[in-house]
Amino acid sequence: MRFAVIQFPGSNCDRDCVHALQVLGQEARLVWHQETRLDSGEGVILPGGFSYGDYLRCGAIARFSPILPAVKAAAERGEVVVGICNGFQILCEAGLLPGALTRNEGLHFRCETAYLRVETPASRFTSHFATGQTLSVPIAHGEGCYRADPEILQELEAEQRVLFRYCNAEGQVVPEANPNGSSHHIAGICNAGRNVLGMMPHPERCCEVEMGGTDGRGILLGAAGIGRKI
Amino acid sequence: MKAKEFALKLGLTEQEYGTIEKGLGREPNENELGMFSVMWSEHCSYKNTRRELRKFPTTGPAVLVKAGEENAGVVDAGDGLALAYKIESHNHPSAVEPFQGAATGVGGILRDIFTMGARPVAFMDSLRFGRPQAKGEAGKRTRALIHGVVSGISHYGNCVGVPTVGGELVFDPAYEGNPLVNVFCLGILRHDQIRRGAAKGVGNPVFYVGAKTGRDGLAGAAFASRDLTEESKADRPAVQVGDPFVGKLLFEACLELYARPDLVVGVQDMGAAGLTCSTCETASRGGSGIEIELDRVPQRETGMTPYEILLSESQERMLIIVHKGREKELKEIFAKWGLDAAEIGYVTETGKVVVKAAGRVVADVPARLLADDAPVYEREAKVPAQLAEKQKLDLKKILPTQPKVKEDLLKLAASPAMGSRRWVWNQYDHMVGLRTLGKPGSDAAVLRIEKPGGGWVHVAMTLDGNGRWCAQDPREGSRALVAEACRNLACAGAVPLGLTDNLNYGNPHDPEIFWQLREGVEGMAEACRCFDLPVTGGNVSLYNQSPAGPIHPTPVVGVVGKVEEGVRLVPGVFGKGGGAILLLGTQESGGLGASIYLQEIHGVLAGKLGKVDLAAERKLHGLMRSVLKLAGVRSAHDVGEGGILWALAEMTFGEGSAGAEVTLPCGQGERPEEVLFGEGAGRILVEVEEETVGMVEPLAKELGVGCTRIGKTGGADFEVTCGSVKERWGVQELRKLFDEALPNALEG
Repeated sequence: MRFAVIQFPGSNCDRDCVHALQVLGQEARLVWHQETRLDSGEGVILPGGFSYGDYLRCGAIARFSPILPAVKAAAERGEVVVGICNGFQILCEAGLLPGALTRNEGLHFRCETAYLRVETPASRFTSHFATGQTLSVPIAHGEGCYRADPEILQELEAEQRVLFRYCNAEGQVVPEANPNGSSHHIAGICNAGRNVLGMMPHPERCCEVEMGGTDGRGILLGAAGIGRKI
Repeated sequence: MKAKEFALKLGLTEQEYGTIEKGLGREPNENELGMFSVMWSEHCSYKNTRRELRKFPTTGPAVLVKAGEENAGVVDAGDGLALAYKIESHNHPSAVEPFQGAATGVGGILRDIFTMGARPVAFMDSLRFGRPQAKGEAGKRTRALIHGVVSGISHYGNCVGVPTVGGELVFDPAYEGNPLVNVFCLGILRHDQIRRGAAKGVGNPVFYVGAKTGRDGLAGAAFASRDLTEESKADRPAVQVGDPFVGKLLFEACLELYARPDLVVGVQDMGAAGLTCSTCETASRGGSGIEIELDRVPQRETGMTPYEILLSESQERMLIIVHKGREKELKEIFAKWGLDAAEIGYVTETGKVVVKAAGRVVADVPARLLADDAPVYEREAKVPAQLAEKQKLDLKKILPTQPKVKEDLLKLAASPAMGSRRWVWNQYDHMVGLRTLGKPGSDAAVLRIEKPGGGWVHVAMTLDGNGRWCAQDPREGSRALVAEACRNLACAGAVPLGLTDNLNYGNPHDPEIFWQLREGVEGMAEACRCFDLPVTGGNVSLYNQSPAGPIHPTPVVGVVGKVEEGVRLVPGVFGKGGGAILLLGTQESGGLGASIYLQEIHGVLAGKLGKVDLAAERKLHGLMRSVLKLAGVRSAHDVGEGGILWALAEMTFGEGSAGAEVTLPCGQGERPEEVLFGEGAGRILVEVEEETVGMVEPLAKELGVGCTRIGKTGGADFEVTCGSVKERWGVQELRKLFDEALPNALEG
């Protein structure tokens, strides 16, 4: 599958995403934020970084970017849209996903490997995994504390739209394993149509053995519509 | 005010004023004097150290850009790939404004690297503070400095998307009044992408690109060339303010610009001394002149005087000279990235930097006079009166009759000085770019670098300094730290290619301080020659002293190397057990002189480090690289600060690492503490599978390097036997102290 990786001024995981997708045998191209068109049938990645410097609020300016209407249209058409880290923040700001990402509870930026529990295989992004499976995926953010109204959290839970939760190495969802204080230990969610994924951890950082792990492969291959290999 | 009076007020000497007047053939005006005061400051001219720096070996087959030629050195990494790297200090700014001081230090070194045409791919930081656990105001201030500096580095580095992959963090009372913040950056490029900072081609346009000029950082280079005093806080306006977002856009825009064939003539960043430095240096290198018009300089404040515009050190600005007729292409690229690009002047054949404002000439100075003809001083050097006394060490008066090895080790692990640095590097994005192999905290950081034609080259790098060693014996300490840096690379299977140095010392007008500097340079130079290691540039930071006194003499070296073909990288921590532990190199501990053990456990800084056998060290590194090509090697770690017992303890701190049983011989008349905590050079620990022992031993014999089996890994406990000492502890117990030491001191 082909992916458009959107490049905002201040994006810094854009090349990493292209590289990881290529390693997985997918096509990827960089699309500058001032462009206004995306091809149909093309997946969209909003990569990590500090779009526009993120001086106001993470993702707050990027939502007004010229490419965003095309991203929204793609999401509505049912194309795959993945927001990673800053991309997740942008998707929330743009209203493609509910809730918001706020300052980490511990106030520090944290870069480390987090354990994620897969909550449901019922999405293309998690189709390679089993419920309760533990993945290890790097995080690197200062504002990854997921917050939403109680009704929204309830809706996300009821519709099984929480795809990943922070857990410990044994797969237990416990407060000590939550790196940023996110409500319901949320690490990643999808939209009602299950074609838009937002996650704080970086699957593109764990697609090669040399990088210390390969648990990101299933997520990105799933996004590409490549089904689970038995 | 008379010109001469003004010159003295700016810190120029009477003699220097005379040279300027003679060079110009007339009385200089205030703008010109401002320009000379920064360009002839120690920071820009190395006037006090140039004679010493000439002692460094600077050439070698791998050197592509030599020390002093450009903003950073460049070495060949093979396959058409080159590495640009440099270290730079931001000590004074960080002392008065830790967050911005550190952030702009990162921004500054970043510009030095992409100015060379390289894509920046990694940072490392060497940080030194007082003790965070100190009582009262001093401790409070130190903790605030640490938080400020770490978040400043994290803010800038993370935002520009360049990983911070390693470094060092040292706490010592010697840095309480004057912290050290040294920042290193590595960039990658092809040989044909190297950029020069020379203004050539009469009539070619000179562009100013990047952020607008403001009143921040006025004469910061001059500020950095004075002692820190109680009044230094008043110099806060001399500290620049960084904007990493603009820094990121600027380097992406520049890299896009460089990729256009035959567009750029020369490029120079505006760091210290801003517009003044960039114009006179590019003109001087090009053997040309430059004329600029200040009214065209993008400004973010109104009413700035020519003096302020010329001396501003506002961040994220570059000077770029392009071929005439290609202006539009440059403007388009910078417009795409949303940055200012103003044509402020052109290249001339006059050899002069001519500055105009409102149609009037406000400065007219020969470029060479400003950039290259700063006076060079021979400073007086004197052996410190107290040195012999300091170097005496009477262990009988210090150590208890009965060794308390376990208690001492637990104390070390729980001390902020030795505790895990995870609290720091967790705040740095060390993975972005997908090049970092392993985590920070290893002997050396290793990156994979894409080869121009596909595939990877593995590059290793390390930052090392040791003020304690150098305080007790600056020459030996400096030899030892170069040896240690190369040993760290050897643990990653890498051959060192080049070295960048940051010489942090006190006031050079004090003959005892200058002696430390000279000894340090000579010691480093000797070690570099032994390792065939060229010095490709760096930074000198003097005047590091506060009313409490000077800092320890603290040269810091950054060494980059290439991992040899066939090397299999191994972690610095034990595997799950069942391996043999071998000590490669000497069995001599080097004694407890200048050790962290004496300082942290017994509160004594005394004695000196044993002499480093550089030839033996070199053989050891060769052996280590060969061992890493064998099958069955599980882990490797060098012995450094804290001695062999500390190195072994660190090897048990991995996720799921086993414990070990180790026996170390204790000689006649030797104290077990010396054997266990002595910091002598020339030793590496490796853990190998049983079958591999038989392969390592003959290899070591052939190369003439010691190889001693000292124990085996396994279990959840660590047991050490040394002379009369036999102690045992749980690996988890020790690791918990190690993990919590720093968070407890900084957040408790």
